Amino acid sequence: MSGSSIFVFIFAMWILIIIGGGISVLILAPIEISGYSEFDLIISSAIKAVVSIGLVITWIFILSKVKNWIFSSQLKV
Amino acid sequence: MQPQIIAAIIVSSIAFFSVFVITPFLIKALEKRNSVVKDYHRKGGAMVARPGGPSIIAGILISGIVLYAFFPKTEIVAILTTTALAFFVGLVDDKKVMGGWFKPLALAATAIPILLLGVYDSDLSFPLFGDVKIPLLYLGVVVIMISITGNTINSIDVLNGVASGFMVIAGSALTISLIILQNYEVAIASLVLVFTSLAFYKYHKFPSKIFPGDSGALTLGAMYGAIAIVGQVEVVAAIALGPAIINSFLFLSSMKRIVEHREIKAKPVSLTEDFKLKATSDKDASVTLVRLILAGGRPLTEKEIGYVIFRLTIFSGILAIITAFMMEISL
Repeated sequence: MSGSSIFVFIFAMWILIIIGGGISVLILAPIEISGYSEFDLIISSAIKAVVSIGLVITWIFILSKVKNWIFSSQLKV
Repeated sequence: MQPQIIAAIIVSSIAFFSVFVITPFLIKALEKRNSVVKDYHRKGGAMVARPGGPSIIAGILISGIVLYAFFPKTEIVAILTTTALAFFVGLVDDKKVMGGWFKPLALAATAIPILLLGVYDSDLSFPLFGDVKIPLLYLGVVVIMISITGNTINSIDVLNGVASGFMVIAGSALTISLIILQNYEVAIASLVLVFTSLAFYKYHKFPSKIFPGDSGALTLGAMYGAIAIVGQVEVVAAIALGPAIINSFLFLSSMKRIVEHREIKAKPVSLTEDFKLKATSDKDASVTLVRLILAGGRPLTEKEIGYVIFRLTIFSGILAIITAFMMEISL
């Protein structure tokens, strides 16, 4: 069937979203900074932002590898 | 529950019939003003009216106002305002060719009503694992979400009927997910999106009588994103958009920069003598969803490719609905 490997890629992307979401909750949720009074929220948000960007970059990198693996024959154009 | 069902039936009917009735008049008006573009994939290169955005936004606003009369909630105002702003962004791009960065940045600005009206929850919900509190970071999520959904729908609008048909399926999955999560008023707003897209599909399907243009595609995409944020179903919405996200991901990873499709000389697909599409072997051409569907297989008609994309979207929609059920489970 046309695009059958794309179904596999969508499924792989879904699994990666579920796992990525779990990792985000486990890593980001416990980050709470205290002792800097009114700056607590800003500092913890900044740390969460940096960690999130790192997680997104890692997620895209893994997705690229999965893409190259699944579409190895089609991408040889 | 009964008022919601009555509102859902009335609002859906208004959304469908307003677009169904307005679009033929818009087609005539556009043809009269010579606002037409060539459909290169069709035998004889028919001239097709563009943009269809005005009839789409009319349907959304008319039915949206009726929905607000049933449920006067700020959430509905935020969805409609963001959608209307996205329409104007698209209209500017329809009238004047803008650079590759214009749409992402302008669409990001359309998220301002959602932020100003405060109709979001800064806890981002994930299936199985629960919520994560990201109060300041979530503001960035809101802005990026509208920009991504608007542009991904716009980037998949490459074949007759695909953008509107895609939105019917993805929007239906989003509506079902919102019902599962008992967010009924936003689910009805999502029905507006589904029935507006369905009525427009009638004229947009192969052979198209009208193209949505940037004003139509960005309107549908931005409304989808706004519903996802206001309805707190960001992750579910992203999953339902699977094929469109893959298309954008493949495009960006092959081009390695944000660029307008029209700026790229090398085409990802070419036309056979019998007006079927086949993947090109041009290394400079972008990798897109359509190119991937055609790669390694026989040439397909535009209609056949559209149906493959719809099957992929139905699959993504099913995964999105499963994800919505998983939201109710916490490990």
